[in-house]
Amino acid sequence: MDFDPFVLSRIQFAANITFHIMFPTITIALGWILLFFKLRFAITKDQAWMHAYFFFTKIFALSFAIGVVTGITMSFQFGTNWPGYMKTVGNIAGPLLAYEVLTAFFLEATFLGIMLFGFRRVPGWLHTLATFLVAFGTTVSAFWILVLSSWMHTPQGFEMIDGVAHATNWFEIIFNPSMPYRLTHMLLASGLTASFLIAGVSALRYLHNDRGPVVMKTLRTGIFLAAFLIPIQIFIGDMHGLNTKEHQPAKVAAMEGLWETQEGAPLVLFAIPNSKTKHNDYSIEIPKLASYILTHDWDGEVKGLNEFEGKSPPVGKVFWGFRIMVGTGLLMLLVSWSGVIILTKKKNWIKPLAYVLLPMAFSGWLATIAGWYVTEIGRQPYLVYGVLKTEEALGPVKGSAVFTTLVAYLSVYVILLTAYIGTIIYMIKRAGDGGNRDPEEENVQGIERRTVVAGATEK
Amino acid sequence: MIHDLITSGDWLPVTFAGLMGFSMLIYAILDGYDLGVGMLTIFAKPEEKDRMIASIGPFWDANETWLVLGVGILLTAFPAAHGVILTALYLPVAIMLFGLIFRGVAFDFRAKVAKEKKRKWDYAFFTGSLLTALAQGYMLGAYIMGFSEGLDNILFSCLIALAVASGYCLVGGGWLIWKCEDELQKKSVSWMKHHLILTCIGIALVSLATPFVSERIFDKWFEYPHILMLAPIPLITAFLIISLYLLLKNMPLENDHYAWLPFIITISVYILCFGGLAYSFYPYIVPDTLTIVEAASAPESLMIILIGTLIVFPVLIGYTILAYYIFRGKAQDLRYD
Repeated sequence: MDFDPFVLSRIQFAANITFHIMFPTITIALGWILLFFKLRFAITKDQAWMHAYFFFTKIFALSFAIGVVTGITMSFQFGTNWPGYMKTVGNIAGPLLAYEVLTAFFLEATFLGIMLFGFRRVPGWLHTLATFLVAFGTTVSAFWILVLSSWMHTPQGFEMIDGVAHATNWFEIIFNPSMPYRLTHMLLASGLTASFLIAGVSALRYLHNDRGPVVMKTLRTGIFLAAFLIPIQIFIGDMHGLNTKEHQPAKVAAMEGLWETQEGAPLVLFAIPNSKTKHNDYSIEIPKLASYILTHDWDGEVKGLNEFEGKSPPVGKVFWGFRIMVGTGLLMLLVSWSGVIILTKKKNWIKPLAYVLLPMAFSGWLATIAGWYVTEIGRQPYLVYGVLKTEEALGPVKGSAVFTTLVAYLSVYVILLTAYIGTIIYMIKRAGDGGNRDPEEENVQGIERRTVVAGATEK
Repeated sequence: MIHDLITSGDWLPVTFAGLMGFSMLIYAILDGYDLGVGMLTIFAKPEEKDRMIASIGPFWDANETWLVLGVGILLTAFPAAHGVILTALYLPVAIMLFGLIFRGVAFDFRAKVAKEKKRKWDYAFFTGSLLTALAQGYMLGAYIMGFSEGLDNILFSCLIALAVASGYCLVGGGWLIWKCEDELQKKSVSWMKHHLILTCIGIALVSLATPFVSERIFDKWFEYPHILMLAPIPLITAFLIISLYLLLKNMPLENDHYAWLPFIITISVYILCFGGLAYSFYPYIVPDTLTIVEAASAPESLMIILIGTLIVFPVLIGYTILAYYIFRGKAQDLRYD
């Protein structure tokens, strides 16, 4: 068997970043939701909010730890597998990554310690401030990394000298054309992922006959937040698409499965794009709708893949990634709005809703990963659009070495994901036992917890 | 020399080399003690493990961030060196990353899973800490040897791997003496004594090997008058090590006096060793191949990072001190609420 270091390095990087992004996607928004729980407690003095805070803080801590350690692998991969990336655009990527470490990583790591273990040691306000700073830190981190990612799609504010990018205008680099859309789209994706996770976890607790005020409050938080965010996300997603059409038309052509430039382009609902015949097999289309969505004109012209010979991404993956993302988004809309109606008017329907919410706990992951595949595969064959091709960045690694580490990474990820989901389910069951299994221990903890919460009220 | 630096414009890359070295040193001290505690857990009883891990709980994540900063500066300020060093170290880097992954998550999982699964995560925590330390030591060894291949170089790197792991156990033991009480504190004293001997062998090996690998480094140390000016480095190191050994023989002292001292002495030894290494390799960033100035990024990019660093560093150090102040005193059981 011949090991191609290029293909294997790409698969390895894709595997690393896919597994990594699942966890920040949860923590970016969950941090703010925890702050919301804490502030609700401060205002209402209702202890249920504090219980919700403690419960989801544990899930936050677990997700955060996996996010941190899988993120470290990324920074090393730049050097081990893709040294050409930093050599060519290091003058721009470097400072952005450095600012992420300096302004975000230390902040969140340090205050996470205080947030997790400092509740009994610091005054209430400082603990709330630590919770805020952790949420703030994760968002700042998302800001810098999305600035860099967006710059790789719509680079500007630099000049090439001897094949190396030199920064000329940092304002243009940071506020590059796709950054506002990509950042907003990602933050909303995080909000949706966290709300469906909270709703799903609460649903499982509900189905374990754990139906106290804590579970009902977190269930409502998850559903209402999702119902609020999803229409905004669909709107922003549309704007992001228009922005992509302007700057990366090849990606949009692949997303729409459009092989030839045409006026009045149809919206392809289903198809198997065939890159050999340059044609869609088995396609189901709605005439002219793609033109209307992308140009707001039924007969508007949409550029097809024929315009970008040799510079267009693989069609099938982008085409299907896009449909999975949009489909999941529409499902989120349906479920969250039905959820709002059920929680406010049809309370006897909560149980069937809970069953639907269980698989939906993973919907955020699915939509986010599919969306990232669309945007990142859609940038191919470039690593930095129009500046650096992916194959040019590969370092002198041996295919066999990459194969070994890839297999090891994949095994580690399987173990971690199993342990992560298994542990959350275990925590849910234990929270739901309500002291039946080990009444003595639960009793002691219960009393202690109450005094702690009471103590916090006084502060 | 300083005047030359400023006029030639080379001061910027050299400043960044200094910053990177500083980050790596802080990393070796801070993550060194929590990796050391992780390795020492193998010798402890289950309830002692809880206490040991509780002592590093609020800190490990921020400690590890210094590694990200160090590699980040290497990546950012010296992209050419970054590529050379990391491709040469492909497998040890991968092993370190697996170690860091298992250690980091085991820390959280062990506190949340059912009792019968906790032991497995305890092993993952120990193994992850050990792999990380060994891989880092191996990388240091390979770096000193200038990434040359051959069996003798691999053997040397393996020895350094053991020495670094032992050095981390030493600083970890110092941390535990400071943060723990009673039986566990007494155990930590004896752990520290054992690892002091192993660490000394490691320091001696590196000190002997480095000048003989490179003629340039040999001359830097042994030419007159350098030898006189540099003599304090090995002499003070030896003095500190002997004092530490004598101190440990009498620990713990009455009323827990000077419980912090072994930790501080170990840190001083780290700083001296680091200073020695830094002196040997300057001005090279890849030993005898690529200098700091040759490998540096464009000045305008370095400048913008430097400005950010100067603004953020005081704040960062401020809240780090706050965290150590909040979690001062002897470690207590770790609770998530």
